[in-house]
Amino acid sequence: MKSRHKRIALIVGGLASLGVAAYFVLNALNSNIALFYTPTQVLAGEAPRERTFRVGGLVKVGSVQRNDMTIRFVVTDTAKDLPVAFTGILPDLFKEGKGVVAQGKLAADGQFAASEVLAKHDENYMPPEAQHAVDQAGKTAKTLKLK
Amino acid sequence: MIPEIGLFALCLALFFAAVQGVVPLVGVGRNSASLMSLGRSAAQGQWLLIAIAFGCLTYAFVANDFSVAYVAEHSNSALPLAYRVAAVWGGHEGSLLLWALMLASWTLAVSLLSRALPEAMVARVMAVLGLVSFGFLLFIVTTSSPFERLLPAAADGRDLNPLLQDPGLVIHPPMLYMGYVGFSVAFAFAIAALLSGQLDAAWARWSRPWTTTAWVFLTLGVGLGSGWAYYTLGWGGWWFWDPVENASFMPWLVGTALVHSLAVTEKRGAFKNWTVLLAIGAFSLSLLGTFLVRSGVLTSVHAFASDPRRGIFILLFLAVVIGASLFLFAWRAPKVGLGGRFALISRETLLLVNNVLLVVAAGSVLLGTLYPLFIDALGLGKLSVGPPYFQTVFVPLMVPLLFLIGLGPSARWKEASVSDLKVRLGWAFGLALIAGVGLPFLFGNWSPMVALSLLLATWILAATVVDIRHRLKSAGRAPASFWGMHLAHVGIAVFVIGVTLVKGYESEKDVRMAPGDTVHVGGYSVRLIGVKEAMGPNYRAMVGEVELSEGGRVLRSLHPEKRNYFSSQMPMTEAAIDTGIFRDVYVSLGEPVGEADGSGAWSVRVHHKPFVDWIWAGCFLMALGGVLAVADRRYRLKGKSNNGNPS
Repeated sequence: MKSRHKRIALIVGGLASLGVAAYFVLNALNSNIALFYTPTQVLAGEAPRERTFRVGGLVKVGSVQRNDMTIRFVVTDTAKDLPVAFTGILPDLFKEGKGVVAQGKLAADGQFAASEVLAKHDENYMPPEAQHAVDQAGKTAKTLKLK
Repeated sequence: MIPEIGLFALCLALFFAAVQGVVPLVGVGRNSASLMSLGRSAAQGQWLLIAIAFGCLTYAFVANDFSVAYVAEHSNSALPLAYRVAAVWGGHEGSLLLWALMLASWTLAVSLLSRALPEAMVARVMAVLGLVSFGFLLFIVTTSSPFERLLPAAADGRDLNPLLQDPGLVIHPPMLYMGYVGFSVAFAFAIAALLSGQLDAAWARWSRPWTTTAWVFLTLGVGLGSGWAYYTLGWGGWWFWDPVENASFMPWLVGTALVHSLAVTEKRGAFKNWTVLLAIGAFSLSLLGTFLVRSGVLTSVHAFASDPRRGIFILLFLAVVIGASLFLFAWRAPKVGLGGRFALISRETLLLVNNVLLVVAAGSVLLGTLYPLFIDALGLGKLSVGPPYFQTVFVPLMVPLLFLIGLGPSARWKEASVSDLKVRLGWAFGLALIAGVGLPFLFGNWSPMVALSLLLATWILAATVVDIRHRLKSAGRAPASFWGMHLAHVGIAVFVIGVTLVKGYESEKDVRMAPGDTVHVGGYSVRLIGVKEAMGPNYRAMVGEVELSEGGRVLRSLHPEKRNYFSSQMPMTEAAIDTGIFRDVYVSLGEPVGEADGSGAWSVRVHHKPFVDWIWAGCFLMALGGVLAVADRRYRLKGKSNNGNPS
């Protein structure tokens, strides 16, 4: 084989495999993104029905109920409250009044069925998404007052 | 007083770094041996100064000096001594100082072990390392000094994050940093080659042991981190595709590509430009990883804004390092040349494909890690990229790579014959096919993914045996690097077996257990006897007593804990694991759920994890392979330079 042919073959092969890889990568990325919504957005009907998404805020004080392995609690951004159900073992740092992020789907009855609950790293660490939800609600409250 | 000495030493080290970064280059320009050799002395002085600074910080931790803000943030008088020492690198400032110490130590090692190299080359390498160190020290001194005082001094410290109070933390970050920072040596060699235009087999032979050593540390660091996550996070997982983990995995992938590309450059004089580019890439990703993890950018874009000086410094430093080296690359690379020719079917081509796959893998991890950041920074919303993304992308990339591992070592350099390979490796592939199809039946369910992975793992093992036999038959004996390569490849196979079997056949149960209750997983019975309170040095714990039995025979009792640390009021799960060669049984306590009925019941998580320890055994074998490769005699033959002849 001539060296020119070899080089062309290498380049074509390289580009083709890059193309295939890019296709797989973007496809996978697209189907595995979990968008984040605040409780206010979820209750306003902005969250998708069939897709997994994330919701964050504070665990409302006094809202945690246990029934064997199923835990129900309310995630609030101080403006709106979203009921959440989760079956399993919660992370160490899950606490009433603290920040939490849950991933799951919205059930038909408007309750959020969480498949994963995240509350991690550090006692004083606020999940950025949870902080964002509370900030958002705070901003809306301010604008309402100004009106 | 001691912290001020530390800060002063750091400032002096900054000055030494500047000297080390500039004077040797001037020396090369003027061809002055005395100026060139100043690089070595400055590096040694710099190491001493940074070691003093590090010693001062360690002293402040040991002596519980809570007038130092960093100590007050990350330590506590009740913390055991070993963890007070480990707490030195428990936060942002201290871990940067550890980074600087590691860099100085690598530089010191190069300055001591480079007698055989041409003086101008050493001068350039020293200068590049000096400049990197200058950037880092400037960052520490201006934005992240660990020696800042707290006025008035705190009565007691806030304590080290309980997650980090673990023997794993004592060794994991230093190992990881040794790896990260080690790539700076490969980077410095690459830049020195670009500056001089001299990039030949001799250059590759100098650069290779350093790169492989860094790779060994990084492999151990990543493996230890994964093991730490497995037994301290209480979830029983060993890899979460967490941004922090990805940050260490990306340099590993590119570093692995570099190790292979350097082999081609040394043996065949080919891939020169590519090798240089990979060296730049591996180090840039190491920098990116360190900064992203430690500045908090990854977990939150807001953390970036909380100290804008740090964020801006980081961006500038990355831009300067990556921009300057890529500019230098674009300018000088044509001078370096492409090197030896090779046929389409040859070991070179196989290694090229290996490199492309590894780099694409690193690129896709980078995309998944940074994508949420970009979207957030652009104000387009918040999102997260889940582990399924990484799995979907990784598997199709790793399948051909694993296949190549079996093929590569048997293929000849320059031109390999397909029919020859078929004859030699045919039975290995047949054996792999039988094992892949048959073995899953032994474990129960047959699934295509398990079959494919076991086929590939067996293929690697069988092809390795074939190549070793062939080599011993034709040459009688083989050098250490040959054994190192094969050992590392066997490590990959062991790792793949571990991942496959634990993914395919693990079982997990989250259950409510009252004392006396029994749960069954994977042929084992786990009985909760009771939960009692116990005291640790700085925590109170609820300790479960759990009896593990198999077929009615009691194996042992396990003691999972739920700890509550006094200083931070932070709860912490300590899993109890019965480790075995073929399986782990993993028990962790959730929380008390029997308060209402007074039954004393707890939620308990029980896992049965077949072959999970093979994952870390694989990492260890890979690292061991790297050690053997570095131990090869040919790196120690002094002054014998050979210019790209195939050996």
